Amino acid sequence: MITQGTFGCLPDLDDDQIAAQLSYAVDHGWAISIELTDDPHPLNRFWEMWGLPLFDLTGPQAALHEIRACRQAFPDQYVRVNAFDSRKGRESIVLSFLVQRPAVEPGFRLERQAGPGRRMRYTLHPYAADRPHGERYR
Amino acid sequence: MTTTSGRWDAGVIPYAQMGYYEPDYEPKDTDVLAAFRITPQPGVDPAEAGAAVAGESSTATWTVVWTDRLTDHSRYQAKCYRVDPVPGAPDQYIARIAYDLDLFEEGSIANMTSSIIGNVFGFKALRALRLEDLRIPVAYVKTFDGPPHGIVAEREMLNKYGRPLLGCTVKPKLGLSARNYGQVVYEGLRGGLDFTKDDENINSQPFMRWRERYLWCMEAVERAQERTGEVKGHYLNVTAPSMEDMYERAEFAKELGSVVVMMDLTVGYTAMTSRSKWARRNGVLLHLHRAGHATFTRQKAHGVSFRVVAKWCRLLGVDHLHAGTVVGKLEGDPNNVRGYYDTLRLGHVDADPVKGLYFDQDWVSMPGVMPVASGGIHAGQTHQLLHYLGEDCILQFGGGTIGHPMGIAAGATANRVAVEALILARNEGRDMLAEGEDLLRAASRRSPELQAALDTWGSVTFDYESTDTPDAVVTVTP
Repeated sequence: MITQGTFGCLPDLDDDQIAAQLSYAVDHGWAISIELTDDPHPLNRFWEMWGLPLFDLTGPQAALHEIRACRQAFPDQYVRVNAFDSRKGRESIVLSFLVQRPAVEPGFRLERQAGPGRRMRYTLHPYAADRPHGERYR
Repeated sequence: MTTTSGRWDAGVIPYAQMGYYEPDYEPKDTDVLAAFRITPQPGVDPAEAGAAVAGESSTATWTVVWTDRLTDHSRYQAKCYRVDPVPGAPDQYIARIAYDLDLFEEGSIANMTSSIIGNVFGFKALRALRLEDLRIPVAYVKTFDGPPHGIVAEREMLNKYGRPLLGCTVKPKLGLSARNYGQVVYEGLRGGLDFTKDDENINSQPFMRWRERYLWCMEAVERAQERTGEVKGHYLNVTAPSMEDMYERAEFAKELGSVVVMMDLTVGYTAMTSRSKWARRNGVLLHLHRAGHATFTRQKAHGVSFRVVAKWCRLLGVDHLHAGTVVGKLEGDPNNVRGYYDTLRLGHVDADPVKGLYFDQDWVSMPGVMPVASGGIHAGQTHQLLHYLGEDCILQFGGGTIGHPMGIAAGATANRVAVEALILARNEGRDMLAEGEDLLRAASRRSPELQAALDTWGSVTFDYESTDTPDAVVTVTP
């Protein structure tokens, strides 16, 4: 199980808990983005966007609706919520948490390439990426 | 500035009469301003003492020299423009001194320190002297590089948002072989920490040479990334006997793929600046351990306040700096610590006597430094730590991870679950400080690791009064 995200080491959040976090973001004036991927490599930062980020929200319902739609369309993928703070000095993500995992998470393989002087080159390889898009986690 | 003939007579005349005391002086926006706590020798007039500090930290020597008259001397003379008695301390005064920007080399902390604290601290007419705060003008701020990455870029690099980062110093500090040391790193990181850390005195000793340590630690970091799918790091300490050694060690750390290196304050301001430029050039985070600082920051009457050291380090550019815990085992008055954290993180800091901040400080667009809280903290204090320190910081539980009864990974998990559970609850609108203990207990019902941590350390506190407190209020460490 990957532990990415603000709440990566807690049990998966239920929809009420997700709604509370969305409200916190909305109350701060943050935009909310829903993203999905089938490649959880820690350096894969650009997940597929589920539409544009939601700006000027007044409550959690619209974002929650989109999360549910995204899950329904991609039940076997990772789905996360990112919240963006546009204020000067931050202008970046301020909250990011998973709202769906695939039923099976096959994890990673660490490949080592030994070099002279025991220098090591490491490559982290997600097992899921062995299969083409759309066929992972099946 | 008076230019009466008496000013230039050969011999010794009071500093105040030489132009170093100007109560009517209006500081310019481009001046460097300093607040000194002065304790004059009995019988020495406070204004003269303030003028002496201004003189000895700028152009003056002990006697009149005619060569001053070959210069535009009134510009190069620092000016003591205000002296205030300290409430409750009849022998102490706060002297404010203005320095013209032209007195300083661009981008050089070594030069700023040599000027402002170079000679004057041994001056006989004072019993004690402390540099309390500096106002660095915007024009001077912009000549410094600042943090190689800063808080925002670091979070994007690590893909970690919305919660404090978690670290742990490998213990015991000394004696572990490289292989065993790496084991601690692996266990801590796989259990949920973001970083592990070399301690300040781990450099390259006979029991573990630096190259061995780097190889084993990076094996541990990579394994932990494989287990968790997260970016992990170990602060590889590159502190070494010479700059050449430091560069060699940092280059090797970079080649192995480390996201972070560290150095100790003991290497000096110039060496730290070199490391900072290297870190920015190479995309490696730079962690600074403030080793040795308490020798000159702790005593209230003499030395340099840590808030000044924090300013210098943000200017010369580090990504992490140890800045106190409030609740842990090391010195740190809560209000002073808040002042240090503001100084490291905010874009603009307002003067606030309660936090020990004497001047407004504008950082313009310089990124913030991630403050590190380390030293005698444990999971049971998480609500207090989050309350006092906020979420843009690194909480380092050393003994509080490695000493966990179920093992190092369990200790790491306990800390991570505690932080995430409290952030979750805070965002849900709960009163984190008041309900902290209950929230932690509730989270521990689904985390045996947290439960064991609370059972082991829940009641451990370090209740000692701080020696360095702001004058405005006296507070007791919670």
